[in-house]
Amino acid sequence: MYDFAYHRPATVAEAVKLLAADPEAKVISGGMSLIPVLKQRLARPSALIDLGAIPDLVGIAVSATTVTIRGRTTHAAVAASAEVKRAIPALAELASHIGDPQVRNRGTIGGSIAHHDPTADYPAAVLALGATVHTSRRRIAADDFFTGLFATALEPDEIVTAVEFPIPEKAAYVKFPNPASRYAMVGVFVAKGPMGVRVAVTGAGAHGVFRHAAMEEALAKSWSPEALEGITTPAADLNNDIHASREYRAHLVGVMAKRAVAKAG
Amino acid sequence: MGFEGIGASVRRREDLRFLSGRGTYTDDINRPNQTYAVILRSPHAHARIRAIDTTRARAAPGVLAVFTGADMAADKVGGLPCGWQVKNKDGSPMAEPPHPVLAVGKVRHVGDPVAVVIAETKAEARDAAERITIEWEVLPAAATIEAALQPGAPLVHDDVPGNVCYDWHLGDKAAVEAGFAKAHKVARLELVNNRLIPNAMEPRCAVGEYDPATGDYTLWTTSQNPHVIRLLMGAFVLNIPEHKLRVVAPDVGGGFGSKIYHYAEEAIVTWAAGKLKRPVKWTADRTESFMSDAHGRDHVTHAELALDEHGRFLALRVRTLANMGAYLSTFAPCVPTYLYATLLAGVYTTPAIYAEVKAVFTNTVPVDAYRGAGRPEATFLLERLVDIAALEMGMDRVEIRRRNFIPKDAFPYQTPVALQYDSGDYHRTLDEALQASGWHTFEQRRAEAARRGKLRGIGISTYIEACGIAPSAVVGSLGARAGLYEVANIRVNPTGSITVFTGTHSHGQGHETTFAQLIADRFGVPMSQVEIVHGDTAKVPFGMGTYGSRSLAVGGSAIVKASDKIIAKAKRIAAHLLEASVDDIEFKDGMFRVAGTDRAKSFAEVSLAAYVPHNYPIEELEPGLEETAFYDPKNFTFPAGCHICEVEIDPETGEVEVVNFTAVDDVGRVINPMIVEGQVQGGVAQGIGQALLETCVYDDAGQLLSGSMMDYTMPRADDLPDIRVGTAVTMCTHNPLGVKGCGEVGAIGAPPAVIGAVVDALRDWGVRHIDMPATPQKIWRIIEAGRQRRAAE
Repeated sequence: MYDFAYHRPATVAEAVKLLAADPEAKVISGGMSLIPVLKQRLARPSALIDLGAIPDLVGIAVSATTVTIRGRTTHAAVAASAEVKRAIPALAELASHIGDPQVRNRGTIGGSIAHHDPTADYPAAVLALGATVHTSRRRIAADDFFTGLFATALEPDEIVTAVEFPIPEKAAYVKFPNPASRYAMVGVFVAKGPMGVRVAVTGAGAHGVFRHAAMEEALAKSWSPEALEGITTPAADLNNDIHASREYRAHLVGVMAKRAVAKAG
Repeated sequence: MGFEGIGASVRRREDLRFLSGRGTYTDDINRPNQTYAVILRSPHAHARIRAIDTTRARAAPGVLAVFTGADMAADKVGGLPCGWQVKNKDGSPMAEPPHPVLAVGKVRHVGDPVAVVIAETKAEARDAAERITIEWEVLPAAATIEAALQPGAPLVHDDVPGNVCYDWHLGDKAAVEAGFAKAHKVARLELVNNRLIPNAMEPRCAVGEYDPATGDYTLWTTSQNPHVIRLLMGAFVLNIPEHKLRVVAPDVGGGFGSKIYHYAEEAIVTWAAGKLKRPVKWTADRTESFMSDAHGRDHVTHAELALDEHGRFLALRVRTLANMGAYLSTFAPCVPTYLYATLLAGVYTTPAIYAEVKAVFTNTVPVDAYRGAGRPEATFLLERLVDIAALEMGMDRVEIRRRNFIPKDAFPYQTPVALQYDSGDYHRTLDEALQASGWHTFEQRRAEAARRGKLRGIGISTYIEACGIAPSAVVGSLGARAGLYEVANIRVNPTGSITVFTGTHSHGQGHETTFAQLIADRFGVPMSQVEIVHGDTAKVPFGMGTYGSRSLAVGGSAIVKASDKIIAKAKRIAAHLLEASVDDIEFKDGMFRVAGTDRAKSFAEVSLAAYVPHNYPIEELEPGLEETAFYDPKNFTFPAGCHICEVEIDPETGEVEVVNFTAVDDVGRVINPMIVEGQVQGGVAQGIGQALLETCVYDDAGQLLSGSMMDYTMPRADDLPDIRVGTAVTMCTHNPLGVKGCGEVGAIGAPPAVIGAVVDALRDWGVRHIDMPATPQKIWRIIEAGRQRRAAE
């Protein structure tokens, strides 16, 4: 990696200030995406602003209607949380299958959604559950948060501080992992509850996570795997690589969605 | 101390240091005043180097030197040599274009080394490497065999017309044509044997050092055969006489062939250490490994098998195109010829076989022996073809194999493709595997799986391989430029402990345990009294290293031979001490006894007498107790066996799960059953990897698309079932231990069993064959096409 300055602020305000002062700086949370990029010299930030010393950014709070996970909470912590398992078991389960144990012990929810890797798992949960992203300056609805491939609504000096998930009646996530990387080649999160009926697809879309309107409509009428029979996914906007063509991904979206609905019960 | 001799499942002695982080790998070697090399590699598959400007790199902080191919040429550094010459059909030698250590004039694959930067730190060297500017003239690339053979294809080497390295053949063409002329049926198969990228756990590393006081060079390197590296690099590349060059291969973290070869980086660090008079270290990162370790396989083959009306094989005809990559790696030419076509008889009595192999240069990483090399390609082709023959004949897959097996009373058996098998019992390994796998109750499991919505299939392979490489005179006549004997030196120390110096090299095989068991068995001493030393040309006599499952069959035989010499001499010493005739001395359980008496001397007493020769037959016997033996094998060894695989396919996604795997192998005498089981399991894991997961993909421009673990699917623990391993042994008849070898059998036997199972699972979808790897997408496409066909009907 190239040389960079390293900051370890104690508060979010201080982190934002550092970020605002240096447009070339990058925020590092768990570093599970950023560190490999740095090691391969694919990015050259002037500074890293490490959120690791900000105690306010860690923790899980569950109310009668919401689960709020602060930004620097690790996947392992979410996966192990008895409260999350009780309130939104699908979310805990999703977290338990991100990467490998090392990644889960370092990687964080804020880092994952701010990065918006098109094959990441969390964006599917955030979008399907209609979560609200809390940042250093505002609240952003999930539908407005993910704006494209590796792109979000975050301003350059804005930091994800928490994600607030409404508790659904039913929810489940099923993914088909890329055989090599084990990232989601196709992952589908389905949810029903105060957010309505929502279906979010990760791994497949050329522009990142997306909602599947046709499936949502069908499931709103009848919440059952059979309701998804015959619903296709247009392949044109899907990813195409050596592991899976657009057509295969489109097919897998259908299979994973049915399985997710079945799993959600 | 429990039983430690031959047949005991002794725990691996080396594992304590490996598992506790106390191994010494090459990258753990750090020399005083060490510098770091970073190699600038070609980003292009094929390009002319119009100009290289290293000025800014030389001026960068910490940089000590920047060298290019021109600098090495000016210093008269030679090219990397090829160790095997294959001849064309007309007897002319293969094309053998130069393989410069650093590219000269043009680059021929992504990753081709172009320049080396040496600096005080690795980071400084890497920074500086980015400051080298190269003016490229990018040329069209020949990225695949097919592209390289097109008329007017780009020439990888300007003076190799048509990109053909050689056009070789083996067997009796006329006899094969006669066989086809009377055929009742012909089974045909076209296949691609997928290209593999090795990915040893430990990336390659090399540390070069030059001692200006003595003029001695030392190279520490991740090698399976340090003496071979010393010979090739010293004699052909750097012109350093062997007595001034020491090569050390310390603990090595895996290779399976990929660390046999003499690589450019070894020559670079050794040469640069001499130029700079400081040690130079280079360590590959994983990305570099993908584009610089020799790859494996990469064949396109067309085969036909002629059968009579009873399903007996009459003749086999094979045409193979083999990818050599951009340059000839050390042993590349022999892989698709003498390690491949010679195995095409398999375990069958096919009377006539004719194989033609065309080796082709492409703008890709060089291809060489890996994971069984040649034999997996032959086995996959043959076993798939036999399955197709069974389909053609409407015969059972087991029955057609039985009908064509070489019977157990036919040994020694001369095949029509040069090899003479010494022993085997193919019906027995088959029977035991059928039994252990529950072959005959499979249909129940298929039906049960169908109720769960899964397609279950079963596949079988009855394979043979040739290993224990190899009789020197035989391989010499086939074009090898080296002998393939092995050496052992046994040093009995004065107090009776034993140090064994072996020319083989352990990089995961467990030699420190297995060989110590041999010695414990032979001398009746505890293993704790035995040390196995390998991997250092300054300690060990000239040996040939480890590959081709040769260590026990050839290296172990050398140990036996040296042990016999020690015992013969020790008996004479004991006879003197016991005042008896040497003919009356018996040696058993570590004691020399006068037969029929209670007079005895222990092994330690005799060895002490050898080194303190006060009461000693000094007139007729030299003091000391140390012997060296070189063993040149009389033949290859021929492990064989039966692998049976069961898979379940999810018809909605195309995913394959291997649910059962049974291997029954004849590996000859087993020294350590636990190690054999582990070796077979490791091999099977890699065989499953090739069959279902792994493949190297280049795009048309020669860019490596599967260039990292993100895109190259190495098998992982959760891809594998419990692997049931059994042995059904016949003894090798021509080596003193009766051993055959076990390292490669899994990688050789497994792939056709796995693909056979996948094809069987998909039998209702009209599939005869699926090329490896059988990925979910590939299987889904087959099922989807079948669904659409059915819908149209």
